[in-house]
Amino acid sequence: MRHGVARFVTGFLALPVALYLFYVVWPFAQAAGYSLTDWGGYSDRQEFVGLDNYVRLLSDELIRKAFWHNVFFLVTVPLFTIALALFLAFLLNVGGREDRAGVRGVFGSGLYKVIFFFPQVLSLVVVAVMWQQIYRSDSQGLINGVLMKIGLVDPDNPIAFTADPEPFLGVPAVLWWLLLIAVWSGAGFYMVLFSAAMQSIPRDIYEAALLDGAGPFHTFFRITLPLLRDTVSVAWVYLGFIALDMYALVFVMTPSQGGPNHASEIFASVLNFTAFQKGQFGYACAMGVALAIFTILLAALQLRITRRERIEF
Amino acid sequence: MSTVTHPSEGSTRTDRRTPPGGRTARPGAGRNLGGRVFAGFSHLFLVVWAVMVIYPLLWVVMSAFKSDSEVIREPLSLIPDRLHWDNFSRAWGAGHLGAFFLNTVLVLAGSVFLTMLLGSMAAYVLARYEFRGNRLIYYMFLSGLTLPIYLAAVPLFKGVYNMGIVLPLLGPNRHFMLILVYVAWSLSFTIFFMHSFFQTLPDSIAEAALVDGASHTRLFFSVMLPMARPGLISIGIFNVLGQWNQWYLPTLLMQSVAGEPKNQVIAQGLIELSVNQGYRSDWSGLFAGVTMAMLPVLIVYIVFQRQVQSGLTAGVSK
Repeated sequence: MRHGVARFVTGFLALPVALYLFYVVWPFAQAAGYSLTDWGGYSDRQEFVGLDNYVRLLSDELIRKAFWHNVFFLVTVPLFTIALALFLAFLLNVGGREDRAGVRGVFGSGLYKVIFFFPQVLSLVVVAVMWQQIYRSDSQGLINGVLMKIGLVDPDNPIAFTADPEPFLGVPAVLWWLLLIAVWSGAGFYMVLFSAAMQSIPRDIYEAALLDGAGPFHTFFRITLPLLRDTVSVAWVYLGFIALDMYALVFVMTPSQGGPNHASEIFASVLNFTAFQKGQFGYACAMGVALAIFTILLAALQLRITRRERIEF
Repeated sequence: MSTVTHPSEGSTRTDRRTPPGGRTARPGAGRNLGGRVFAGFSHLFLVVWAVMVIYPLLWVVMSAFKSDSEVIREPLSLIPDRLHWDNFSRAWGAGHLGAFFLNTVLVLAGSVFLTMLLGSMAAYVLARYEFRGNRLIYYMFLSGLTLPIYLAAVPLFKGVYNMGIVLPLLGPNRHFMLILVYVAWSLSFTIFFMHSFFQTLPDSIAEAALVDGASHTRLFFSVMLPMARPGLISIGIFNVLGQWNQWYLPTLLMQSVAGEPKNQVIAQGLIELSVNQGYRSDWSGLFAGVTMAMLPVLIVYIVFQRQVQSGLTAGVSK
């Protein structure tokens, strides 16, 4: 019998573990190894250089820039997405409130939920190509075109969107335009998530608050939000990962993938540029390892900060 | 609330609601009005956001029906002068979207099936059997959730390339290779998700089945897997969407060697289409391409929206 169990366990694990080792673990291990060499990626020549690549990383101007851009997304993507999603979920669930019947969702909330979720099922590439057209810097672009029609934008001087390196609030404008896409595509999903969490809050809590004379805003900040803590912190962690992975948008939407003039460079784009265009593969691997360490530290930190005592109801 | 308590409550509430036919001068009226204004505001804001979501999509779909000159002449209008279906046939044929679709469906059919099968097998064993190295393997799979894929890019490419020299089926630009890569990269989340699912299944049923003489394999396939159905649906949706949306892995691995045609998937093909279209300025063809990549998923979503929403949100909040 025991022998049978061992055979069964081995049989069930063999294939998944083998695939995972070959296609995921082994490349990562190799990358970590290469990060200690000066390998160019395609030649056979590679020499062990120890931690040189990592030392170089610390004084690399481009990496520093990319790092701060990553940090920018890391702060803004979760912040704006969650704020907007919470606001929408709040309107959806409490917006139709009538004094007599207690808390009420708005009419047609089901339909809103279906619609707001749309961007989530679209592939990031579809979203990116679509927004490329929306952001076109001539009258054919959706936004520029509309604004020119109303007369808000001068046809000779259209909004440049993702080709605009000019800083806005200290951050290149292109990053803000990319942020808008990220928020646009994420808000609906998190709204549905928060909405589900809000609906699992017992109604009597709301009714009690109502009897005590709490208005919708009080109810939201004093009751709903504290009870949503867990869900919000999970969303924060997930959006953190999404924020680190803005590469698809940068790749499709910005001039020369990280441009203009490196204004939208993020870790992943510098990594790709260094490895495949500059042919400095060892150095690129060091960036990857640094990014991996950064990600893991961040995940640990986020989980630590957001972990609090659960409220059972 | 029961009707018995109603009279006593009525007294506390009169100041807050306007009784039928009540005057606006009553103290509660302002509040009721505030509620209505708030409801109106909610609707307004929700409608604005809904328009912001739908309008771009609609614009893309409608532009796909315009002729090229109309796209340039009337870029903003939502109503084409007539339906130019030829954009679609051009994108499908000359834009190779038909071939991309076929590639995507072939790869997806294999990879989603294998991901679910291998993922739940591994998750089941890791969740319900004690053996040495169990934790180690579980955490090994879990660590894949945090690692950036770009780091592994070149070694992965090299590995696939070298493999292709020995076994062409597993080399670059092969469907089967991409299936295996998708499976490997999807295992982390699938196992993470199904692990917690299998742990919650009751022991008693498993014991009963074993006493009845079922083998462990049979127990898994005929008892445990059917019981885990809700979880399988959730993770299945997650994997279909995730793998349909993949673009980095195919861009890296589906590169043709020695001039053979590339077996591109849809996301990858669309990027190239958008880049090339810029030179050829076949905008209506590009819009048609985006529409064709977008509509099937949207339609499937609208039909199964309940399952998709609950499936995906369960995937996050677990």
